[in-house]
Amino acid sequence: MGSVISCNDVSIRYITGDLKAIGLKEYVMRRITGNYKVREFWADKHVTFSLESGDMLGIIGTNGAGKSTLLKAISGIMEPKEGTISVNGRIAALLELASGFDGDMTVKENAYLRGAMLGYTRAFMDEMYEEIIAFAELEDFQDRPFRQLSSGMKSRLGFAICCMVDPDIIILDEVLAVGDGAFRKKSGDKMREILNSGVTGILVSHSIDQVKELCNKVLWLDKGDQIVFSSDVNKVCDAYSEYLISKTLPASSEDIDNMASEYGKRVAEEKAKKDKKETKKLEGILAKGTKNTAIEAALDIIENNAPEMLDMHEVGEWRRKNKG
Amino acid sequence: MGTAIKSAKRSLSRFASNRFLFEELVKRDFEHKYKRTILGMAWSVLSPLLTLLVMKLVFTEFFGRTTPHYTIYLFAGNIIMAYFKEATNNGMTSMISNASVINKINVPKYLFLFSKNVSSLVNFGLTLVVFFVFCIIDHITFRVSFLMLIYPILCLVIMNLGIGMILSALYVFFRDVKYLYSVFLTLLTYVSAIFYTVDRFPESVQRLFLLNPVYVMIKYVRMIVIDGTVPSLRYHALCLLYAALFALTGAFFYKRYNRKFVYYF
Repeated sequence: MGSVISCNDVSIRYITGDLKAIGLKEYVMRRITGNYKVREFWADKHVTFSLESGDMLGIIGTNGAGKSTLLKAISGIMEPKEGTISVNGRIAALLELASGFDGDMTVKENAYLRGAMLGYTRAFMDEMYEEIIAFAELEDFQDRPFRQLSSGMKSRLGFAICCMVDPDIIILDEVLAVGDGAFRKKSGDKMREILNSGVTGILVSHSIDQVKELCNKVLWLDKGDQIVFSSDVNKVCDAYSEYLISKTLPASSEDIDNMASEYGKRVAEEKAKKDKKETKKLEGILAKGTKNTAIEAALDIIENNAPEMLDMHEVGEWRRKNKG
Repeated sequence: MGTAIKSAKRSLSRFASNRFLFEELVKRDFEHKYKRTILGMAWSVLSPLLTLLVMKLVFTEFFGRTTPHYTIYLFAGNIIMAYFKEATNNGMTSMISNASVINKINVPKYLFLFSKNVSSLVNFGLTLVVFFVFCIIDHITFRVSFLMLIYPILCLVIMNLGIGMILSALYVFFRDVKYLYSVFLTLLTYVSAIFYTVDRFPESVQRLFLLNPVYVMIKYVRMIVIDGTVPSLRYHALCLLYAALFALTGAFFYKRYNRKFVYYF
């Protein structure tokens, strides 16, 4: 099977300190005085990976690793300076959902405009509009100016419009779920439904658990460098978590193995420590505290370790009653 | 040649598939323009009328006595200049003002420029209607040759698109262009013979005026409407030359630089 997305030795460059940054006057002055210098900044360096149909790639890395830039290149907004990107299929890119809307237009007009930008047809929008608004739960706001919406509502609309198509390829930049409690669950469910439909996808996330849950391949970038591209998601994610604590990058695949097991140990240790601490706390409370605080502590422990034993509703009631 | 036609065809079909977006953008531009104004679209007509009134009051004393149909003479110059200014200014900012979209979604960027030009053109159309009403009031008889006015207007539309493409690309790279261009437009207004006539200049200087494409378009309209003459074939060629020159330069600029815009927002 041919690859759906393949990046071959892709490097993306920004230029700083040139004309735009300094203005025409400054440019002429610096040219005359010989002070004119252009600084290059490579947001991505020699990134290579390929995805088959149905693959879900998680891109991890700290801020400034070049994740978003890479997504922009794949969705065709930017062109790599070196290397090639080939994409087979229709892309739905969800990059910063709430931005790019027009504050003075109504919700309905914005929905149509966004749909048009994403390449939908008018007929398609006419057909899907009701569904989009219903999904975003904005039925009562359709004719309001967009700027009157809360930021949660804005991303809800953005999410709903993007997700109403069945794309071949989906690109997500930290937008797996949007909005507050109930909608968060709903959008998360919708996203999982799309992801499980066999779509090929790329997900940028700071949540390691999300990457572990959803992805079967992982790409780790650091300051534009490709640290590793692998299908052993758990191992790489653990190594990355270890890196976040120890701040040392792996130099080889053995390093990654070591870091992953290091992290595993660390997690186990941490858990043991936490359990110990809680036991101590409980003991202390039992020794000199009141009945209620003891129950409280016991509930905490059970909730952390075996939540299925509790009826959370009743626990909540009890906590409310005994507060203050 | 064959490949040129093929690529033109491809561009056309791509444009057709973007029609929905184009329509929505035009709608948005209109909405923007008149948002929260009480008179709304009436401003399109009112503002050139007010300019005309001021100019008429100020300049009739100096030039009006010797120029036949001076009001129409002024009006023709004014509306064409106003259209040129609006279309190119809007064209210039079309990329920057949509930066947030261009940054996030892969859309054909030239549509933003085109839609701005459509709203300027519709505006111009409205003022043109008022212009013809004034012609009737001023006892100018409508001739068949008035239909030829489509030609300079078409040339002007194409020219404005081309200049918009050049300016929008430059403006992305240097924001100074905005200020330079506003100075340039003031100068251009003065050398476009809007409120004076060129008769008093020697023949050689009069020919220099033809280097100004906006003046060329204004003169075409005046020849048809006021003088009742049809411009020569060479004059038509000149109009076409300007349109083609700017359109091609603009297309070249756009093709060459549009991929780089996103780095400069």
